[in-house]
Amino acid sequence: MIKVYVPKDSAARAVGADEVADAIVAEAAARKIDVKIIRNGSRGLLWLEPFVEVETAKGRVAFAPVEAGDVKSLFDSKFHEGGKHKLSLGLTEELPYLKNQERLTFARCGITDPLSLDDYISHGGFVGLKKALTMKGAEIVAEVTTSGLRGRGGAGFPTGIKWKTVHDAKAEQKYVCCNADEGDSGTFADRMVMEGDPFMLIEGMTIAGIAVGANKGFIYIRSEYPDAIRVMKDAIRIATTAKWLGQNIQGSAHSFSLEVRRGAGAYICGEETSMLESLEGKRGMVRAKPPIPALIGLFGKPTVINNVLSFAAVPYILAEGGKAYENYGMGRSRGTLPFQLAGNFKQGGLVEKAFGITLGQLINDFGGGTATGKPLRAVQVGGPLGAYLPASQLNLQMDYEAFAANGAMVGHGGVVVFDDSADMAAQARFAMEFCAIESCGKCTPCRIGSTRGVEVIDKIVAGIARDENLSLLDDLCQTMTDGSLCAMGGLTPMPVQSAIKYFPEDFDRPAKMQAAE
Amino acid sequence: MRGKHTLIDVRVTKPDAASVIASRYDNKPDALLEILHDLQHEVGHVPEAALPVLAKALNISRAEVHGVVSFYHEFRRKPAGRHVVKVCRAEACQSMKGNELAEAAQKSLKVKFGETTSDGAITLEAVYCLGLCATSPSLLVDERPMGRMTPQKFEALVKELAS
Ligand SMILES: Cc1cc2nc3c(=O)[nH]c(=O)nc-3n(C[C@H](O)[C@H](O)[C@H](O)COP(=O)(O)O)c2cc1C
Ligand code: SF4
Ligand code: FES
Ligand code: FES
Repeated sequence: MIKVYVPKDSAARAVGADEVADAIVAEAAARKIDVKIIRNGSRGLLWLEPFVEVETAKGRVAFAPVEAGDVKSLFDSKFHEGGKHKLSLGLTEELPYLKNQERLTFARCGITDPLSLDDYISHGGFVGLKKALTMKGAEIVAEVTTSGLRGRGGAGFPTGIKWKTVHDAKAEQKYVCCNADEGDSGTFADRMVMEGDPFMLIEGMTIAGIAVGANKGFIYIRSEYPDAIRVMKDAIRIATTAKWLGQNIQGSAHSFSLEVRRGAGAYICGEETSMLESLEGKRGMVRAKPPIPALIGLFGKPTVINNVLSFAAVPYILAEGGKAYENYGMGRSRGTLPFQLAGNFKQGGLVEKAFGITLGQLINDFGGGTATGKPLRAVQVGGPLGAYLPASQLNLQMDYEAFAANGAMVGHGGVVVFDDSADMAAQARFAMEFCAIESCGKCTPCRIGSTRGVEVIDKIVAGIARDENLSLLDDLCQTMTDGSLCAMGGLTPMPVQSAIKYFPEDFDRPAKMQAAE
Repeated sequence: MRGKHTLIDVRVTKPDAASVIASRYDNKPDALLEILHDLQHEVGHVPEAALPVLAKALNISRAEVHGVVSFYHEFRRKPAGRHVVKVCRAEACQSMKGNELAEAAQKSLKVKFGETTSDGAITLEAVYCLGLCATSPSLLVDERPMGRMTPQKFEALVKELAS
C-alpha cells in the first residue's frame, strides 16, 4: 500500500486540496493501485499548496503545487513510486524553506494525521504531559518560567509569572482559557496548530490545568475558522475517549476537561477580558484591569488565559526542559516564534525561527520577495494594530524589545508585505475604519476618535487644510494612545502614525477626485 | 455543499426552535453565543421572535439577549440567501488586490456588503481575516474556504452557486 499525503489544512482546501485528494482516489481506483490517502496538516509552504507527498523508502517526496488536472500525469510518471514529474520537489525534509527553520512547536504539523492519537504519540506527543503528571504544580510553573516563554498573543507577558499567580491564588474552582480568536489579519499559526496538530494544544492546556490546579478549560475559537472548530471538537472527543482528558487522566489523580466555544465575528473578543465576557455569554465589553483575570477571571474565578501558541510551546518545554527552549532566541525574547508570511509574498507560509532573525531574512530568504515581483514598499508586522515599516527597516531583528524601541510590535508574528502599488494613506484610513467597526464602545477616544480619524484622513487626502488636519490627526492619535482602556484604541495610532512617518508623500499628493463610492 | 438555508420559512414558523436549542445547552446563560450560532445555522438568521424565547429559557433579560445579538457581527437579524459568501477585507488580502475583489463582488452580485441578491441566492458579507492570508485574497462560501481569488474566479463561483 502506498501512502499519499494531501493536506486538509483550510489554506490547502482553499486552493483545491479536496479536489486533488478526490482525483487521486479515483485515478488510483481506475488503475487498481492500492493508495491510502492521509489528510495531514500543512507543512506550511503555503504558496505550494496543494502540497502532495508520497512516502518512499528514502523518505517523503513532494509534488507541488498540484491541481486535480495534474493527477493523471502524476500517475503516468509513477509519482506513487517516487517517479519524477515536472512538479517533483524531491525529499520534503531537504527543502531549504523547511530545513532552515527551527521547528519546536511545528515539529509535527504536516507530518502526522492530525486526528490520529497513534501518530501523535509516536511523534513525541504526550511526553510533556506524562512528566507533568508526576510533578507538583509549582515545579511545572518553574519549568515554564525557566523557558522564558512570553505570551504569543501579542503582549509578550511572561507565561510563567501568569501561571504562578493563578497557582498561588486560593480558590475552589479555577479555569484555563485558550485564546484562539486569532483576529490579527496576516496571522494563521493558531489555525494551523488547531487543524494540523490539535492534540498538542490539548496537551499544553492540560499541563496548564495541572500546573495551576484547574480542572476545566475553554478554547475560544473565532467563527471564521469552521475547520479548526470541527477538528478541535473531534480531537477533544478522541482524547477524552482515550483518557487523555476527563476524569483521572491516564489513571492519575488529575482531571481536566475541555470545551470549544465559538466567537462571533468581533475582533475585540481577542482582548482577554472581552473574551471572558463573551465566554460568559455576554457582549464583548472590555473589563477594566485590575482585577487581573489571573485572580478574577472567568465567572469571577482565577483564570489562566493564553494564546494557542503559548500553550502549544509548553509540551516541548516540559518534555525537553525549560532550558532547552530558553537556549533559542535573543535578549528577553526566548525560544522560537512561528512567523506567518502573509499577503504579497512570493513564498508565503509558516516559518518557525528563533527570535533574532531579521525582518529582511524572513522576507527575502524565506519569503522570496513579493508575489507580484514589484518592489516592496511597506511591511506590517503584528496585525492591524502593528506599525507599517519601510524597506529601510528590514534589518530590524525580530525581538519584542527591538521592535518596541522602533515604535513597532512583533505581536502574534504576522508579516504582511505590500508592493509599490500600496497607498499608505488608504492603509492608515483603513486602520481607523477598522477601529471604528470593531471598537467595543466603552471609551470615547476609541469609539469616537476612530470615526473622527477616518474623517480627518479623508480631508488630508482631499487636500483640505492639510497641515492643520495632519496636526489634528496627531492630537487625535495622542488622545487615543493615552485615553483608551485597551490596546484596540490604544494601538490603532501605531499603523496610522507609522504610515505618516515613513510614507509622508502619500499624505501629500495632489488632491484626488472624490472616488465615486 | 453544506450550509444551505433552504428550510428558512418552515423553521421560522416553528416557535419552539429557539427553546429546543437552548435546552440542548441546559439553558445555561453562558452558552448564549453557542445557542445563537446553532439557531442561525438551522434557521438562517436570528429571528426577532426568538429573542424573548431565549430570554425566558436562559432566565436573562430581553435587553441582554438583544444586546448580544446586535454586538456580534456574525449574527444576522434578517434571513440570508441560500449561500453566504464572506469576503475578507483585511490587510493581507488588501495587499493582493482584495479591494478590487471586494468591488467586483459587489458589482457582480449587484449588492453591497451585508445585502442579499434579489433572487435570494447569495448574501454577501465582509469579514476581517479568515486565516487564509498566504493564499489571499480569500473568501468563505458557507463553510468552504477559497483562496487566490480573482474577479474571474468569483464570476465562476457565482454561476456555480446560482445553479
Ligand atoms: C484588541 C485586541 C485583540 C486581541 N486579539 C487577540 C487574539 O486574537 N488572540 C490572542 O491570543 N490574543 C489577543 N489579544 C491579546 C490578549 O488580550 C491577551 O494578551 C492574550 O490572549 C494573553 O495570552 P498570551 O499571554 O499567551 O499572549 C488581543 C488584545 C487586544 C487588545
Ligand atoms: S479602547 Fe476601544 S475596544 Fe478597548 S475598551 Fe475602549 S472602546 Fe473598547
Ligand atoms: S472615556 Fe473611557 S477611558 Fe476614556
Ligand atoms: S487577511 Fe484576508 S485571510 Fe487573513
